[in-house]
Amino acid sequence: MAVELEKLRDLLRNKLGEYFGDKVESIEISHGDLMMTVDRTVIVEVCKRLRDDPDFQFNFCSYITAVDYSALGREPRYEVIYQLYSITKTHRMRVKAGVPEDDAVIDTVFPVWGAADWMEREAFDMFGIVFRGHPDLRRILMPEDWEGYPLRKDFPLGGVKSFYFKRSTEPRAGEPKNLVPRIREQLSDI
Amino acid sequence: MATKRIVEHTHQSMESMSLNMGPQHPSTHGVLRVVLELDGEIITKATCHLGYLHRAKEKHAEYKTYHQFIPYTDRMDYLSPMSNNTGYVMAVEKALGVEITQRCVYLRTLLCELARMSSHLLWLGTGALELGAMTVFLWAFTQREKIYDIFEWIAGHRFTVSYMRVGGVARGDYEEWRRMVREFLDQFMNAHREFETMLNQNEIFLNRMMDIGHISGEEAISMGLSGPSLRASGIDYDARKDSPYLAYEEFDWEVPIETKGDCMARYLVRMREMEESWKICNQALDALEKTKNQPANIDNPKIIYPPKENVKKSMEDLIHHFLLASEGFKVPPAEVYSCIEAPKGELGFFLVSDGGPRAYRLGVRSPSFINLMSLEKMSIGHTVSDIVAIIASLDPVLGEVDR
Repeated sequence: MAVELEKLRDLLRNKLGEYFGDKVESIEISHGDLMMTVDRTVIVEVCKRLRDDPDFQFNFCSYITAVDYSALGREPRYEVIYQLYSITKTHRMRVKAGVPEDDAVIDTVFPVWGAADWMEREAFDMFGIVFRGHPDLRRILMPEDWEGYPLRKDFPLGGVKSFYFKRSTEPRAGEPKNLVPRIREQLSDI
Repeated sequence: MATKRIVEHTHQSMESMSLNMGPQHPSTHGVLRVVLELDGEIITKATCHLGYLHRAKEKHAEYKTYHQFIPYTDRMDYLSPMSNNTGYVMAVEKALGVEITQRCVYLRTLLCELARMSSHLLWLGTGALELGAMTVFLWAFTQREKIYDIFEWIAGHRFTVSYMRVGGVARGDYEEWRRMVREFLDQFMNAHREFETMLNQNEIFLNRMMDIGHISGEEAISMGLSGPSLRASGIDYDARKDSPYLAYEEFDWEVPIETKGDCMARYLVRMREMEESWKICNQALDALEKTKNQPANIDNPKIIYPPKENVKKSMEDLIHHFLLASEGFKVPPAEVYSCIEAPKGELGFFLVSDGGPRAYRLGVRSPSFINLMSLEKMSIGHTVSDIVAIIASLDPVLGEVDR
């Protein structure tokens, strides 16, 4: 298994490393996982090559997600993760692309794998990373009117404000006038 | 014979109707909401709305120690907690670089396969019930009850077991428990034959299942479909065979494949998968008998909890217990993806550790979430009543879809 991974790593270096030059930032094996970091500008092209090249044939996109590295002080802040698998050649790898905080945009890989549809929506929902060109980039797990991006490191576990009191700011019958804003203020301290 | 009921959709009619299905619809297996665009009774578009059961588990993982997170994994795919536990602890073990004992390997294999049988039995029972077959539901639940008794005996819980631990299991197994599993396995194939007699020749069942919800192999790969639903489209991908983990390589079993890609094919794959699970269970049980004098947990008190009876007697064990419970163990900086073949498909855990006692980021590749995506494609051109069969044949668990 380890030998096969090293072979695949060398193939990646020869084929993609030379073609994309310094756009391929690193290719390494760690903990038995093969991973490649690329510049976000070439992500779609890299994915297309990984899918179509007869040596790689990564036809199955297992998982797309993101990581917020702000708590570790790493730059760029986000990293989008693409976990790939080849059903024909039975090997796995991971492609990663850094996305900076001030311009959290990356091209969608939806044309490469249809499976990217909901997974990219989830990454957008949780991290606020915009997948440019995605046909239907809406929130998927959180409510449509939710504010903030829950899996960012600066989003507190308890939430920032109450979802339940948001819609009715008008006092109900018998309620003191400032009840709802007061409760909201208390809840925001969580 | 079943008639092909996919109606050619050639003209756009004057009026289309939207129909809201769920989130409290009995056939959606939880809180799934599907908005259907209808032309007469034919579905022209289906849009899924998720998130009704979202409990922010990935966020919680960043605030809990590695051991504290194990009960959360039970509640993802709550029909096969043993598989979820195993998938999660395997990811942590991979980051730690821990090798588990041979006995633990067999124990986990056995329990994962029992979980698969229990999950498929629920799918069979409810799936058939939605198409009007009440008896199969009752029979399937009788069998599930027996599996739950087995789980209760060994884990102390029937449903949410939280049985696996990083580096081992919560408790060992005993002679009596193994006899109980053997008794269950001995009668299971009989029951399995009964299910098949009830359904395989059943005219109503065949009519409702054949040529419904078709998806081709290429489409299925592209949509990321995994598990039995993918194998029903003729694609041979099973993580147990293709990237072997636990003891699956040692045992003699096959991966069932069907080529038609419709609801019936998915039904047949799952039925045969139960047989294969039964084979694996028998072999794993024999292997357990052979290794019964070996320890089930690794010998590393910094990771695995000491036996509870020792905590009250030995000072060292008390300290280790206290440290593990209050602070947890630390995982060196790592980034791993580890996946298993859960009953629903490929269940992956993506773990980033920063060297602390909590995960820096834990991403869950939940098979139900990604399998459900193809519902929007499968249901087009079918009638409203067919979507019930299609959802059932995909076997989504909403706890896992929303996490």
